[in-house]
Amino acid sequence: MTTLTRRRLLGAGAAATAGLFGLPLEALAQAARGGVLVIGTTQKPRHLNSAVQSGIATMAPAAQLFASPLRMDAQWKPQPYLAERWELSPDNRSVTLFLRKDAVFHDGRPVTAEDVKFSLEAIRDNHPFTSMYGPLNAVTIPDRHTAVVRLAEPHPALLLAMSTSLTPIIPAHVFAGGDLKVHPRNASPVGSGPFKLVEFKPGEHLVLERFDRFFLKNLPRLDRLIFKEYKDPGSLVLAFEAGEIDAAPQLTGLELARARRVAGAQVIDKAAPAVGPLVWLAFNLKNPKLTDKRVRQAISFAIDREFVVKGLAGGTVQRSTGPIASGSPFYSAEVERYDHNPGKALQLLDAAGLKPGADGNRFTLEIDCPPGFAALTAIQEYLRPALAKVGIAVTVRNSPDFPTWARRVAGQQFEATMDGVWNWGDPVIGVHRTWLSSNIRPGVIWSNTQSYSSPKVDELLAAAAREMNLARRTALYKEFQKIVVDDCPVAFVIESTWGEAWGRKVDNPPRGIWGNIDSLAEVGMRKA
Amino acid sequence: MQRTLVTVLRRLALAVGLVLAVLAVNFTLIHAAPGDPALVIAGEMGGADEATMATIRKTYGLDRPLHEQFFTYLGKSVRGDLGTSYTYNRPVIDLILGRLGPTVLLVLTALLCAIVIGTGLGVLASRRPDSFGSGVVTVFSLVGYAMPVFWTGILLVILFGKVWPVMPIAGMRDVRAFGAGPWQAALDVAHHLVLPAATLAIVYLAQYSRLSRASMLEVLGSDYIRTARAKGLSDAVVTFKHALRNALMPIVTIAGLQFGNLISGAVLVETVFSWPGLGTLALDAILGRDYPTLLGVLTFSAILVIVANLITDLSYRWIDPRLRGR
Repeated sequence: MTTLTRRRLLGAGAAATAGLFGLPLEALAQAARGGVLVIGTTQKPRHLNSAVQSGIATMAPAAQLFASPLRMDAQWKPQPYLAERWELSPDNRSVTLFLRKDAVFHDGRPVTAEDVKFSLEAIRDNHPFTSMYGPLNAVTIPDRHTAVVRLAEPHPALLLAMSTSLTPIIPAHVFAGGDLKVHPRNASPVGSGPFKLVEFKPGEHLVLERFDRFFLKNLPRLDRLIFKEYKDPGSLVLAFEAGEIDAAPQLTGLELARARRVAGAQVIDKAAPAVGPLVWLAFNLKNPKLTDKRVRQAISFAIDREFVVKGLAGGTVQRSTGPIASGSPFYSAEVERYDHNPGKALQLLDAAGLKPGADGNRFTLEIDCPPGFAALTAIQEYLRPALAKVGIAVTVRNSPDFPTWARRVAGQQFEATMDGVWNWGDPVIGVHRTWLSSNIRPGVIWSNTQSYSSPKVDELLAAAAREMNLARRTALYKEFQKIVVDDCPVAFVIESTWGEAWGRKVDNPPRGIWGNIDSLAEVGMRKA
Repeated sequence: MQRTLVTVLRRLALAVGLVLAVLAVNFTLIHAAPGDPALVIAGEMGGADEATMATIRKTYGLDRPLHEQFFTYLGKSVRGDLGTSYTYNRPVIDLILGRLGPTVLLVLTALLCAIVIGTGLGVLASRRPDSFGSGVVTVFSLVGYAMPVFWTGILLVILFGKVWPVMPIAGMRDVRAFGAGPWQAALDVAHHLVLPAATLAIVYLAQYSRLSRASMLEVLGSDYIRTARAKGLSDAVVTFKHALRNALMPIVTIAGLQFGNLISGAVLVETVFSWPGLGTLALDAILGRDYPTLLGVLTFSAILVIVANLITDLSYRWIDPRLRGR
């Protein structure tokens, strides 16, 4: 994350870029080239065009196929990529991108400002993260290699949004015309990233090959990069143990512990901090049982997060404290922690007038959970005995499939539900959607499905969405976190940060804010 | 010959009607199941607002009445267009044709292994029904038959993935060898085929050994076998020429009937071994409410079963000359 002031921001030059992502430039020039890297994955991409599709399944391979205007380094600072430098206007309402002149797409056509304009507008109009380019008014093109991004209002998340995982520059000459969401070339795209597509077999594998005309010299290091699909994390780790694959990303719990025991394995804990995956118990604030904040706080105090972290997740995750993940520069720990305190929970329930009945129960609570997420289901099951201790009789409601759960939660036909929601780099992109009262939209999953409404929070988030000064913006988010955690529209449980396991032969595995959802141009394979 | 041709044509005509009936039933059942595919697509996109949901429904034709969707689907299917997958955003026919080969390879390999080895074991056991070897075959058959196919698969995955890692446990190809020559590729596929085919074959192998043992015991007790022995024919000629041919009829019948079971077993085996066939495609389609893909897979599975039964019918005529004139 960067401080955006009115001074001009100039990029350091693309030649230095490579050195910022792991190995120093000199070492990189002499580093081994060639080899095949096989990454195992349980993710199944619908297609490969991340301009219209979110999610790791698409974004991880798309980061290899497409280049973006900028990349973020491990310190959350933007670095040159397709844009060799950029300037922010004095009023913070436009950013001028100066593109490299030597970048070409995999079909040999040059990357121009027209492609940047086409891509940014396509993302604004089609990507599910609507706030990412919400303030984008227009992109003007003074010349073939200069694009001016014009905004309706200052947009502090803009530079992060223009990084690898979120803004692929797609070729206008391939994608123009037709509905981009169902464009036939989404499955066989042309980009200007370090690797080009060789074969995409859904359900099997994705084979990418070095793009020899990639604009960063001596990169990529690998000859070939392959994503191989596995049905579940168990078989993924088994393949890693057997040496069938060189990398097993997005591992948690027992699978991560097993991967750690593989000889020579390089495990990156808390990988991809920008993703910020939070797991929480969300309350439906329209339900009369849950309108009193003391009841919600009581439930939060009744949850033993240490047990969840150590007992259920094997110590590979950490407890979460609020709506912004701890890896974010905007994270604040100065909130109520809700340490396990059943006594306090009982006091709060008494104060709320919920006395135990003849059977010892104060009230019943139905808890949903999205199907297919073992970690969330385990917490859902744990809540039954945990809340029983404070007189809350939990019934677990399972959904046969994702649509059923989504319909119940988005339609506000639920009392409480486990959920996993990701920060996606900047709060504007992944956090605001859950808390803004303007985003209470029945039928839309991962909106403000809790029906949480706080004028003060709305005001703080609106200000933070425009504030370009890092210190002032951090202060706004600090206050926001304090209020939301106190109001307790959800009980924050864990940050399900994952680890990435890389084999002993892998050289310079990615350690940036997006983990393996970033360009792997600098990653190599050791010969021995 | 002409009679056979007429029979084949009559069966084919019936098969077409059967496929259409299967299609209609499947379409109705799938659409009657709860769950909105537009929500799944929206979920995979990371959420969507009302306008986007409406666009999704319009794009995939989900906003139209069910009967209209059916007749459109039927019309297109007859022309070979099975629609576009909601999940993969690709023509369903391309997805199915890409997965058909691996499933047919897996099922036929398993079936062949089960018939040949199972029948062989059954024949051996029938020659000395009270011997130790016969007892071993009987126990092996019972254990093989009792083990659920997915459990056998998981055991083999653990054994060959962890304890004795000499066999690939997932997929159909070693992706590192991508671009290798045809022979190398064929060997690679064969290597990957061993565990899934063995898993699928074991349960049927057990059945065939039991069946062939019983069938052979019955035939070996017949008068004409006694006559053959009295003529001084060798034991091998009596067993394999006279007895086995007659004992094959129930085995062939069962093979044809079991083809459908084999395909359903393949769904489990393909899932355990990440074998890229119709089974894994069907499972993904079920989980993703991908109606066109699921319908396409079911239709193709029905066609495979119908073809297998047709081949079974025709093979009767080859095995039993008395049926050729009928």
